[in-house]
Amino acid sequence: MTIITRPRAKPADAIKDASMTKQKEMMSRHYERLSDAPDRGEKVAATFVPGNLNELLMCFDFVNNLPEVNAIQNGLRKTSGAFVMEAEKLGHSEDVCTYVKSDIGMMAKGNIGPNGRKLPDPDVLLLSYTGCFTFMKWFELLRQQYNCETIMFHTPYMADGKITKDMIQYMVKQLKQDVIPKLEKVSGVKFDIDRLREYLRKSAKAEDDLVWVLQSAKTKPSPIDAYFGGIYYIGPIFGAFRGTDDAIDYYRFLREEVEERIAQGKGPVTPDGDMGKERYRLVVEGPPNYTHFRQFWKMFYDEGAVIVASSYTKVGGCYDFGFRHDPDNPLESLAEYCLNVYTNRNLPMRVDMLENYVNEYEADGLLINSIKSCNSFSAGQLLIMREVEKRTGKPAAFIETDLVDPRYFSAANIKNRLESYFQMIEQKRAGMRGAA
Amino acid sequence: MLDMPKSATSRIVQRCEDLFSDLTFESARAWKAARPGRKVVGYMPYYVPREIIHAAGALPLGVLGGGDQLEVVHGDAYYQSYICRIPRSTIELGVSGRLDFVDGMLFPSICDVIRNLSGMWKLMFPKQDARYVDLPQNFEDDVGGEFYRSELNDIREWLARITGTPVTDEAIRASITLFNENRRLVRQAYALRAKEPWNIPSSELYLLLRAGLVLPVEDHNQLMREYLVSVREQQRAIKDNCRVVLSGVFCEQPPLNLIKSIELSGCYIVDDDFMLITRWEKSDIAIDGDPIANLAHSYLHDSYSTSPKYEPDQAKKGMYLVDSVRQNQAEGVIFAMPSFCDPALLERPMLQSVLKQHGVPQIAFKYAENSGQMQPIREQAGTFADSIKLWSGA
Repeated sequence: MTIITRPRAKPADAIKDASMTKQKEMMSRHYERLSDAPDRGEKVAATFVPGNLNELLMCFDFVNNLPEVNAIQNGLRKTSGAFVMEAEKLGHSEDVCTYVKSDIGMMAKGNIGPNGRKLPDPDVLLLSYTGCFTFMKWFELLRQQYNCETIMFHTPYMADGKITKDMIQYMVKQLKQDVIPKLEKVSGVKFDIDRLREYLRKSAKAEDDLVWVLQSAKTKPSPIDAYFGGIYYIGPIFGAFRGTDDAIDYYRFLREEVEERIAQGKGPVTPDGDMGKERYRLVVEGPPNYTHFRQFWKMFYDEGAVIVASSYTKVGGCYDFGFRHDPDNPLESLAEYCLNVYTNRNLPMRVDMLENYVNEYEADGLLINSIKSCNSFSAGQLLIMREVEKRTGKPAAFIETDLVDPRYFSAANIKNRLESYFQMIEQKRAGMRGAA
Repeated sequence: MLDMPKSATSRIVQRCEDLFSDLTFESARAWKAARPGRKVVGYMPYYVPREIIHAAGALPLGVLGGGDQLEVVHGDAYYQSYICRIPRSTIELGVSGRLDFVDGMLFPSICDVIRNLSGMWKLMFPKQDARYVDLPQNFEDDVGGEFYRSELNDIREWLARITGTPVTDEAIRASITLFNENRRLVRQAYALRAKEPWNIPSSELYLLLRAGLVLPVEDHNQLMREYLVSVREQQRAIKDNCRVVLSGVFCEQPPLNLIKSIELSGCYIVDDDFMLITRWEKSDIAIDGDPIANLAHSYLHDSYSTSPKYEPDQAKKGMYLVDSVRQNQAEGVIFAMPSFCDPALLERPMLQSVLKQHGVPQIAFKYAENSGQMQPIREQAGTFADSIKLWSGA
């Protein structure tokens, strides 16, 4: 039998703007700090992205390790598929969240982080239980592995579309009576509320600039891609940098960069350089696929499609409606931040948000990227699609992928769907021109 | 067919089966129609405080999906293929008008799918008041307890708005008394089944519990009393079955045939997590004092451990299953879990690990509420039963 092998051409290096390079450097630095933590005598807290309490963890000098971010990094580096299958081999169901399985598979394979160095075992698991049921099971699984202090911080669901006094009180009590004392015990550091206030002050500054950047997509052409590019932008604020000077610097830098792009009338930077003519403006609901991130993005920018708003950039916390961390009400503000997480909002709130995005950002329609292993986002998305379509009169479309499981990325199917969707938008435009 | 003597027992079981098979909820409709102004409040698995619904004068109605007899025509259009079956058949029940007599719906915090369904319900059925029940994951009285008491009071006010009448403390106490009795009767049936599983087939007990989710509690108490009397008067043939605990069936319902298939394959189910709401509190809820505080106290300190609840103590994780195996003298555990069920499937590896540490044999398979092919399950459960008989205690 003759086996024909073809040399696999290495894809051209992705073109990045300066802020992307800066962000990448920050993330790399964080992973190095994480790997060095045991040698430097620093303690490590594992916690989740949505509603994370980074400012609070910094009060106890913890280095923050976010398992979803590790899974994302593994997805981008195309190592997550093997980790997912390793976890399935260990008995984890093929039906459940692939972030969890990527994480567990990575641990089983030596827990080597994206920087090629071993990630340290956490000293504490801060189970910020916000907007996703799986988080609870995930950290129960990790607790079994690491045998360390595990702190549940339960965020009530915004089922009736509002934050009540009882919700805030419940969360503040958890912070005061459970979370903070346990963090003090594990870290050996006494809690200083003024230190927290200072971090929160810094958070608010960075948050102002992030909001400005995300809202810059209202400009035509949009100077940013608020989904694919947006993922770079949210990294520092939802990760380990909120509350730091680094985050303030990064978001100021980013804002200046975007201001310059607007002044020059430029669209977003893509991995293949400046985007060509903006032909379609879309709102996207749902997380992206990470295993084929660049290929996925290319399907959009090749067609001149730019994402002007996305729900995923609100997954860690939502600043759209004016929320900023408030140093004058530190614990209440942390509670409110967790409550505001996108997936902690009920379905009617999510529909309202997406409808507003389509209208305010003058989008051509809504695209839903439904993620196989994320019920928190996915359950109800078909109804969301119909509702937004009905209310805005703009066409909507639905594609399916997964976060970090490469088996669920079918490039031909997705491309086909997207091409049909763009044709649908064209037809709608032609119809409107005809009516006018 | 399972052994079913022509007796009072069979008449009771037949009545329960008729209620189970009725996808238009005729019994609940009749209850509502019997007196003007009556209200019906539906609820999904796994736990809601039925006592408050009853105290409001409304009928608590368990809505547990459509089972294997409901043809899902519309429901599939609302869900992707990778989401479990119960929400799509529940939507089907709603869209097809089968729940048009229901005045309010409660959705407990069991998982993201049911949580999101609460919002879908608000959008799809705006005339039917929908409410999410946020159960605490902090079990301290003055933290999670305080939050849960406020949640219970909100539910109380929500019900008062539906019925137009305030829900008094006295009425809640009276309802607690009735539900305490109901839980005692269910616990008695469970104890009797564990002692003489040949006399209480699980497929029969399952139907009895299902009846309790559509009948008024007063009627179900009477039914349970009659069943316990009649079942004690009979003696069915003892089979050479092994004794198993069934785990994972707490939300999406297994087809009745699945339960029968497990039994026919040579297993006596001596404990399970069917409809945990029927015995959620392990002992009576206190009657004296503040009834809301009593309900909250029992939830925090005297309720079942199950996957949707956080277990703060690592040493206790999964021990409820080991305890069940020991207390019921089971020889193994069968994990039957709905496809795409996050709580059950994420929990399973942890439970399997605990069982392994304690030397408890186990098997696992998945199902959907409309699974039709039982032969593989029968073969798997049968092989498991044979292996236990052949190798356990050797």
